[in-house]
Amino acid sequence: MAITTMIGAKIHRREDPRLVSGEGHYVDDFTRPHTLHLAVVRSPHAHARVRSIDITQASKAAGVVAIYTHKDFAKVLSGTIPVTPSFVAEKNQIPPHFPIADKEVVYQGEPVAVVLAESKYGAADAASLIDVDYEQLPAVMDLEKALDAKSPKVHSGAADNLGWDLTYIPDDVAVMKEADVVIKQRILQQRLAPTPMEPRGVLAEYSRGDGTLTVWMSSQNPHFVRLFLAGAMGLPETRVRVISPDVGGGFGSKISPYSEDWLVPAAAKLSGRPVKWIETRTESLQTTTHGRGMIFDLEAGVKKDGTLVALKVIQYMDIGAYMGTFSAFQANSCLLSGGAYNWKHIGARTVGVLTNRVPTDPYRGAGRPEATHLCERMIDLLADAIKMDPAAIRRKNFITDFPHTSHFGLIYDSGAYEKALEKALQMAGYEKLRKEQEEGRKKGRYLGIGLSSWIEICGFGPSAGTAPATGGIALVEAAQVRVFPTGSVAVYVGTHSHGQGHDTTFPQIVADTLGVPYDMVELHHGDTAEGPAFGYGTYGSRSLAVGGMAVHKASKKVVDKARKLAAHIFEAAEEDVVFEQGQFYVKGSPDKRKALGEIAFASFGMNLPEGMEQSLEAVAYYDPSNFVFPFGTHIAIVEVDPETGNADLKRYVAVDDCGNIINPMIVDGQVQGGIAQGIAQALYEEVAYDDESGQMKTATLTDYLVPTANEFPMFELDHTITPSPTNELGVKGIGEAGTIAASAAVINAIVDALSPFGIKHIDMPASPDRIWKQIQTARGTSHDGKEARR
Amino acid sequence: MIPAAFEYSHATSVEEASKLLDKYGEDAKVLAGGHSLIPLMRLRLAQPKALVDINGIKGLENIEVKGSKLHVGALARHVDINNSHVVKDNLPILAEVAGEVGDNQVRNMGTMGGVVAHADAAGDYPTIALMLDAEVVTNKRTIQAKDFFKDLFTTPLAVNEIVTEVVFPVANGPHKYIKFRRRLFDWAIVGAAAQKMNGGWRIGLTNVGPTPVRAKAVEDALHSGAKVEEAAQHASDGLDPSGDLRASPEYKKHLARVLTRRAIEQAG
Repeated sequence: MAITTMIGAKIHRREDPRLVSGEGHYVDDFTRPHTLHLAVVRSPHAHARVRSIDITQASKAAGVVAIYTHKDFAKVLSGTIPVTPSFVAEKNQIPPHFPIADKEVVYQGEPVAVVLAESKYGAADAASLIDVDYEQLPAVMDLEKALDAKSPKVHSGAADNLGWDLTYIPDDVAVMKEADVVIKQRILQQRLAPTPMEPRGVLAEYSRGDGTLTVWMSSQNPHFVRLFLAGAMGLPETRVRVISPDVGGGFGSKISPYSEDWLVPAAAKLSGRPVKWIETRTESLQTTTHGRGMIFDLEAGVKKDGTLVALKVIQYMDIGAYMGTFSAFQANSCLLSGGAYNWKHIGARTVGVLTNRVPTDPYRGAGRPEATHLCERMIDLLADAIKMDPAAIRRKNFITDFPHTSHFGLIYDSGAYEKALEKALQMAGYEKLRKEQEEGRKKGRYLGIGLSSWIEICGFGPSAGTAPATGGIALVEAAQVRVFPTGSVAVYVGTHSHGQGHDTTFPQIVADTLGVPYDMVELHHGDTAEGPAFGYGTYGSRSLAVGGMAVHKASKKVVDKARKLAAHIFEAAEEDVVFEQGQFYVKGSPDKRKALGEIAFASFGMNLPEGMEQSLEAVAYYDPSNFVFPFGTHIAIVEVDPETGNADLKRYVAVDDCGNIINPMIVDGQVQGGIAQGIAQALYEEVAYDDESGQMKTATLTDYLVPTANEFPMFELDHTITPSPTNELGVKGIGEAGTIAASAAVINAIVDALSPFGIKHIDMPASPDRIWKQIQTARGTSHDGKEARR
Repeated sequence: MIPAAFEYSHATSVEEASKLLDKYGEDAKVLAGGHSLIPLMRLRLAQPKALVDINGIKGLENIEVKGSKLHVGALARHVDINNSHVVKDNLPILAEVAGEVGDNQVRNMGTMGGVVAHADAAGDYPTIALMLDAEVVTNKRTIQAKDFFKDLFTTPLAVNEIVTEVVFPVANGPHKYIKFRRRLFDWAIVGAAAQKMNGGWRIGLTNVGPTPVRAKAVEDALHSGAKVEEAAQHASDGLDPSGDLRASPEYKKHLARVLTRRAIEQAG
């Protein structure tokens, strides 16, 4: 590698001036001549039979060009929305999901018809004139009742509502008996709406002349969309171009393909005109996949001295009405349930349950926040039961030897869990806080300190692990590096940056590897017509550990070719040529140097070694040898007002370890945003449905409580650095870390604050109403209520 | 998020606005700051056939003191009420309440007249207007606040009647408004206001029923010498709030008591 100057540099995000000054280009900023606007008519019911669809009035409305229903789309679309094996290869049933409903609707918001009109106002007006005659059917909303044999079915005619039921490791009663104390707890994970600032959107143009389809859409994953669309529309991939321009956030909700991703291109083909659809906020809350939506039944045992013994996990996952493309990925909660600790035994079973709600699919962390939450909550419950300090029980049980093979066969690549814990405790002033807590309680002030020592699995991923999980395509990553004659460098990647800052960090890697100025390197992504044959998208904190490594690998191929050419120019043996700080020279003659840019110019000339082709460009596909496992400790400090139940988050300390850091400022930004989303789950957000009708009660941002910067203290951030042995850059991932850690830290802090009331657990969101009610209940039953009542 | 079609007219005088409202009848809505109306229209929960924009009417934004009364024009924006020295000197609780409405964008656009005429039980001004016996002045008459907030979103305003100003008594004694909410820009889950005036207390509550509430029982208890803590227990007397996603009825009643006590205790 050339001299390290850019890797590790705290430089500003290159993309920001453009984005914050309104110069970004999102899907809705694109238009094509004669574009029609599409509005979707959606089911107002969670479950109903569609008796008839009357389009008479709507057809006559001003500006309406076409109205399509299932029968029209069935002519141009084949197959169903794909479902990958993920972590549950064998599923009980996968309800076939055609992009538009025919005779039955199974969740509120499912498309039943689309209107194409000259304006979006005309389309919306006409959509409200379409008269659909529904016969309402019972909605399946409760996970446990859904599994009852007598339950109504999510899909009429189905045998049951079971999506999957897989036991990874059976529980071991004998081992659990070795514990001195066993705690049982049910923990709920409410549904969350990802709410990216930019909702989804699709613009499609189908050229009848040459049979090509161009699609602009807000996606984390354009190459997969091309693959799926080409299949559904019977086109070769060469004739499908998917462009995902600037994307205003995804958080996992723009990984999987959606109904509209099929319907809009199909409508363009049917109508012969470009078609645009931009999701409204209510559509986004109702029909974009949700995250979480789980119930965990847990049992954990510990010895009196604090040694962890066994953990038993049953995960009930609310799949929704159809199985999301990657929904079973979230079964990883089971695989990560042991967290950062040594357990003698872990038993884990995942049960996927169909309900009449919108499908769930990955949302920032996707299974791993749930794993951290359950593990860190159980650790605190066990510590409380044996009167051990929460920090001490963690310290005692941390995994310390790496690589570590988990009960589930995962190999944790590297870690120094105690180091991160100690640093966080020091930053928080843990001992002093405990004293303040004690003093405060005497005055009726309820301070709580919550720890979350998190780990995660990311960097998806090695072909051996991921090809079976996707159904064939290994989640490797591709990059192409092109050096132009005057030494500027274009890099094409298969990842997609929508807030991660790749336009900055990837050129930092290239600048160092090639030894060229950072400003001469530009990154391109999001257009399937450019760069390598396939790209794998951005999700699961994979972009740096896999995509960054592909960029690094392609850059090194360029250096290798340049070295051969330099040797030829110097008339020296290749092994005698030194590459240093972007310059080549022959060992022993450092005065006579050629910069990579000079070699690049020469590479387009005529004096090339025998057999060498012109240009300096290379494509690399990088297949990592393992996943990577970042970790850290977060500490939340809250004060609960026992009278109102309000939990005031006073401080938040986070020490994260994502291996080597390319750009500390971007890492901090990722951590801050992640923590905000984790706190949002702990305290604010919940998708609520009416239990009877299946109507969503949180279909606007007035009711769905996305917090803002106003609601957070300044986060106190630091890092430890434990390089990953998995890749040459020594990097892991950081995109989801904050979210994975935060909910457990906040809830542990609240429970800690409420411990004088005898409260052991609280579910999320820990709203003032919920906390107040729990205090009321505890006051009614608590034996030591005297002190608590002051 | 796409409103149904509507006609739009821009009035430059109250008379012109009133005539336009006459013309459209029940199908028209007055547009002031638009921060309640436009979201309802975008969700198609409101589908007025016509909007009469009164933002161009000169003089309706005035804020002034006449004798012992503070006159706040219907088009006075929250930001102006919040920043006005006239308000800060003569009815500081109103300036403070204005600073707690929504976020900067809402405060830059939203108006006194809009909030009062909309009569949302979660609105903050109606509580202050009711507890201080303010008067709502229209192009036709003057209506006492106690007769104005009749029910949820319901006022005695006629189809062609426009709120032109709200007249408050001057009161610069101890006061406090506590707005309990989840996010800084949210509506109140419950709000409690306390104002010392003419030797007694005025107590108002936000979002504990279909209309703002004046907690007379608390006022009377204080008047007859009850301790603050005891008096505040009466804040929930007669309340029957509806539950919502953020708060159950019992919790709202509890908050009414707690916040009332705190508002009186913290009044400065």
